Parts: sequence; C-alpha cells; structure tokens
Amino acid sequence: MAGFVKSSPARAEFIAGVRDELPIVAGVVPFGMIYGALAVAAGMPRAAAQAASAIVFAGSAQFLMAQLVAAGAPAAVIIASGVIVNLRHLLYSASLAPYLRPLRALWRWGLAYLLTDEAYAVGITRFRAQQARGAPMHHRQWYLLGAGLALWIAWQASTAVGVLFGARVPAGWGLDFALPLTFIALVVPAIRDRADVTAALIAGGVAVAAAGLPLRLGLLLGVLCGIGAALAVRWSAPRRAEDAA
Amino acid sequence: MPTWGIITAIGVLTYGLRLAFLTGRRAGLLPPVVEHTLRFVPVAVLSALIFPALLQPAGVLDLSPGNVRLVAGLLAALVAWRSRNALLTVAAGTALLWILQAVLR
Repeated sequence: MAGFVKSSPARAEFIAGVRDELPIVAGVVPFGMIYGALAVAAGMPRAAAQAASAIVFAGSAQFLMAQLVAAGAPAAVIIASGVIVNLRHLLYSASLAPYLRPLRALWRWGLAYLLTDEAYAVGITRFRAQQARGAPMHHRQWYLLGAGLALWIAWQASTAVGVLFGARVPAGWGLDFALPLTFIALVVPAIRDRADVTAALIAGGVAVAAAGLPLRLGLLLGVLCGIGAALAVRWSAPRRAEDAA
Repeated sequence: MPTWGIITAIGVLTYGLRLAFLTGRRAGLLPPVVEHTLRFVPVAVLSALIFPALLQPAGVLDLSPGNVRLVAGLLAALVAWRSRNALLTVAAGTALLWILQAVLR
C-alpha cells in the first residue's frame, strides 16, 4: 500500500481503473436497486439481502437466489444453482492468472474477491493491450483494484437503495418481471453462433417441459441438456467454430 | 437452512471459483473441453430461467397472445438484439407490460 502514496504511477493506474469502470457502473446501478427491491419482496431479511451483495458479489447469482428463495426451493438446489451460474468465474480466474502471477499473495487473494464480470471485462482488455504493445505493467494490480472497487461501492450502495425502497413498490408495477427482462438483456448479446442458439433453445425448452419436477430441478436439468446439446453442435462442426472465434 | 447459510455457502464457493487460478500454484490453462463447457453455462442458465418465466407465467404453458409477459418478453429480446443496451431492454419490456395490462384490464 505504501507504493500508492510514494509513486504516482500506481495512483494513475488506480484512477484509470476507476475511470474505465464508470460507464459500466452507470449501467449496473439500476440493477443493484432492482436486486435489492426483489430480494426484499422475495422475503429475504433486509440485512441478508444487503449482505449478499458483499458476500456473493455477483448479480445474476443474487437475482437467481432471490427468485428461488421466493419459490421456496430447498437450500441445496439454491446453492447448486448459484454456484453453476458463477462457474464462469473459473474462466476469468484462469484468463487473468498469467497477468497476476507475479503479484504477492495478498494482492492475488484480494483481487480474486473483486473479480466480477465487469472488472474482468475492463481488466483483461487493458492487460492484453498493454502486453501487445510491450508496455510496462508494474502497477497493473492498482488498475484492477480501481475497477473492482468502483463496481463494489456502486453495487453495495445501489443494493441499499433497493432494499430501503423495495417494500414500497406496488405489486401492479410488475417488479418481478424485471428479473426475466434483465436475463434477456444479458443473454441476447451473448448469443453469437449456432451452438449458443442451441444452448438457449434446449435449456429453455427442457426447463419449460420439466417445470413440474419437484425441488425446482427443472432448471438444473434444462441447463445440463442445453450445455450438452451446445457441445454436440460445437464438436460436430469444430473447424467452422474455431475459425469464427 | 436459513437464508444466511445459503448466502454464505454461495459466497464462499464463488470466492473459491474466483481464486482457483490465482493462488499461484496452478497455471492458467483449462482443458479445451472444460473451457467450451464453461462458455455455454451463462446462456444455458439464463435461458432456463427466461423461458418458463415467459411461457408459464401462471405455472401452465400459455402460448396465446393474451400472455402479456410473453409478448413483452419477445419485444425486450428484439430490443436487446438491436440495441445491446440492458437498461433500454428492461425499460422497453416493462413499459409494454404496463401498456398491455392497462389495455387488457
């Protein structure tokens, strides 16, 4: 931490991280408020709804958790669903590992906590660009810290606003419908090729067909079938898929 | 298990996923099979949540035009596709839901 005071490059990197994260923060704040309101409406204690933003710190898993709590799903199913949604963080961890390996353990363990979709997106873009042009990366950890903290503060604050005012939102506003709409906003831009379309249609179709299964297991069954079908499509046409990537 | 236990469990496991390749022991390389599988997870999970919410709003399959959530959701998907703007997507879907509910009431 002393480096931050002594050297202005560290501070400049931190500020650059905050600055690059700000446009994303502006988009995330409304969803923090929606999450807070939904979680309270789902019957979660206010303190727990707020604490989840700090402990889990992953929007889609928190939304899913609120929905499954409201549906009265068993704890094991909620935990399994939340972890499956968050499996993508393994990709981020692996992808950032070469850049963060030179750092001390305290930095690596700390930055892991801040490793969200949004911080990863700006971080990996920056690191790859710097590496490509051979730029020095002595203060890279400060950049990721700036981006991660900016998002963290915005997420906690927007959750608090949602938690405080959520109970006052009238039922006729269809607040619960914000959840599938949010998921649509996330999934549509992520669909890029035929394998993605297959994953979406099979997962959704099976989830609908299996909606009657006990313990809300239709969700997990749909996810497994969707991934399996998408892998089959990807492997049946591997060359075209690789070329497109 | 109370809500607190669920939150703690998901939080600890999520931190483990984030830290998995940053402990310094493991190289940041995933087998291609694992990487492909993980890349499909978000699309599959989100779709498995979206479809029932739109097609079975009251618990049973409803493909009629009177299913306002299906109509509003389809418009939202169109807006998401054209604009790639999350906030605009939610705003458009919510607005259409309100309009349809008001018209059909």
